[in-house]
Amino acid sequence: MRSYYKEKRSFSFSNLCLFFVLLFLFLPLIVVIVYSFNSGRAMVWQGFSLNWYRELFTSSVGLWKALWNSIIIAITSSITATILGTAASIGIKWYRFKGRTYITVATYLPMILPDVIIGISMLIFFSSVNLPLGMFTIYASHTTFNLPFTFLLVSSRLDEFDYSTIEAARDLGAREYDTMVRVVIPSIFPGILSAFLMALTMSIEDFVITFFVSGPGSTTLPLYVYSSIRYGVSPVINALSLILILLSMAIAFTFRRFLKSFAASA
Amino acid sequence: MKRDKKRINVRAYLYSLPMGIWVTLFFAIPIAIILIYSFLEKGLYGGVEWRASLAAYKAILNPNFLIVIWRTVYISVIATAICLLLSFPASYAMARSRHQTLFLFLIIIPFWTNSLIRVYAWINLLSTEGLINNVLIKLGIISEPIPMIYNLFSVILVLVYMYLPFAILPLFTAIDRFDFSLLDAARDLGCGRLRAIILVMFPAIRSGFFNALIFTLIPIFGAYTVPLLVGGMGSTMVGNIIVDQVQKTRNWPLASAFSVILTLISMIGVMAMLGSGKKKEEMNEKLL
Repeated sequence: MRSYYKEKRSFSFSNLCLFFVLLFLFLPLIVVIVYSFNSGRAMVWQGFSLNWYRELFTSSVGLWKALWNSIIIAITSSITATILGTAASIGIKWYRFKGRTYITVATYLPMILPDVIIGISMLIFFSSVNLPLGMFTIYASHTTFNLPFTFLLVSSRLDEFDYSTIEAARDLGAREYDTMVRVVIPSIFPGILSAFLMALTMSIEDFVITFFVSGPGSTTLPLYVYSSIRYGVSPVINALSLILILLSMAIAFTFRRFLKSFAASA
Repeated sequence: MKRDKKRINVRAYLYSLPMGIWVTLFFAIPIAIILIYSFLEKGLYGGVEWRASLAAYKAILNPNFLIVIWRTVYISVIATAICLLLSFPASYAMARSRHQTLFLFLIIIPFWTNSLIRVYAWINLLSTEGLINNVLIKLGIISEPIPMIYNLFSVILVLVYMYLPFAILPLFTAIDRFDFSLLDAARDLGCGRLRAIILVMFPAIRSGFFNALIFTLIPIFGAYTVPLLVGGMGSTMVGNIIVDQVQKTRNWPLASAFSVILTLISMIGVMAMLGSGKKKEEMNEKLL
């Protein structure tokens, strides 16, 4: 049977739109990358140079400190969010108990609230209890905004889990601990891993919430970029952009098989 | 399926309580605090006085603030509409393509690139000494730089840029799962090409459309970074006012009242969208 929609038409309205959308998405990034090799400061081409890269790697101490802070926060908050989210999704999927709806709603709400609200409410909370702003407050806030995603990703993996495996393990005399470590966790591990990676990228990326709950000495990479943009743009940021764009390409390429399920979960 | 359905079980709490305590402490309590603070009086040096007052909510009715609220609605609706209009044909083309992974890869790269870097890239393009103005002047098309940044135009443009992937990804997923032979059936029965898409495909991808709508409209409505960095005096949004009330004026009750209103609007928006038809049950099932 001939299909009207399977005809290979390379030139159609929708393909044209996709082309322009991709052009629109990439044009600014390409410009930044090209100008990172410019010898001048302004947006006028003055010749090829690697000056900004030299400056990035040799005389940007603040930047490397900020990157280090970002990495620490990302790893600690993602591990916490993944462990709490995984445990809770097991508890909430498999049991009925008082407070179940409350925990579910309170976990999902941060996902739909604007970042500014989460940032401000945490700032006001931390100030009210006199908790000094710094690495801990950033860690706490990142864990909180990561929880809905780790919880959601592991829960949807648990939906596919065949519960009779647990009954089988029980019948064979496995205790709760053995059932978890040897049966449940290995089979939902892909979900746990994707939850962890999602949390890592969101933590590294976050600016707005971190902006409110950070204190002196706890600058993260996005905060560093922000202050460079706000207080005198330096082309060093162009050089940094290339590295960050390459990094996101490398991550996307590594997980190219999972991009479709990522799109579905986003 | 469900283990020990009705019985209270220690294990249930063992698994769920750590997260329950965490979200209570770092989310529910902070939100409760701003709800309470919004009904209190402003302290002299920041903070609050423990006297009940509606002053914060009355202050919001100040015409200057109402203009900003109206502008925020206006910007969000326009930017979301542009996102959806661009992303529908684009995700359709992606779903029909043989190179789905390649296109997903291309959409996800900017999405995963640090958001400040992306805003910064636009500053380079749009500013008075930016690339677009430089090129146009060099080509002799204009003699004076066009003011393209720090206005409504730049805010809407960059918001569309930032949130386009949020619209494309759910729409792509929905269209990709759609059974295209239904369109062939519609055409065999004498339906036009566009009519087939509107009458047969649109209803089938409705939930993907609502996801795209929620994930663009709500973050745009609460936008802070974009109006801060590429906006000007005439393009501040509610997010900026909230932050100014905390950081500059140190008026916590007013910032809280604004946050409460923004939260309510976001939640009403989500409820309204989810409330449409059986999507609600679907969502409840997914959540619980």
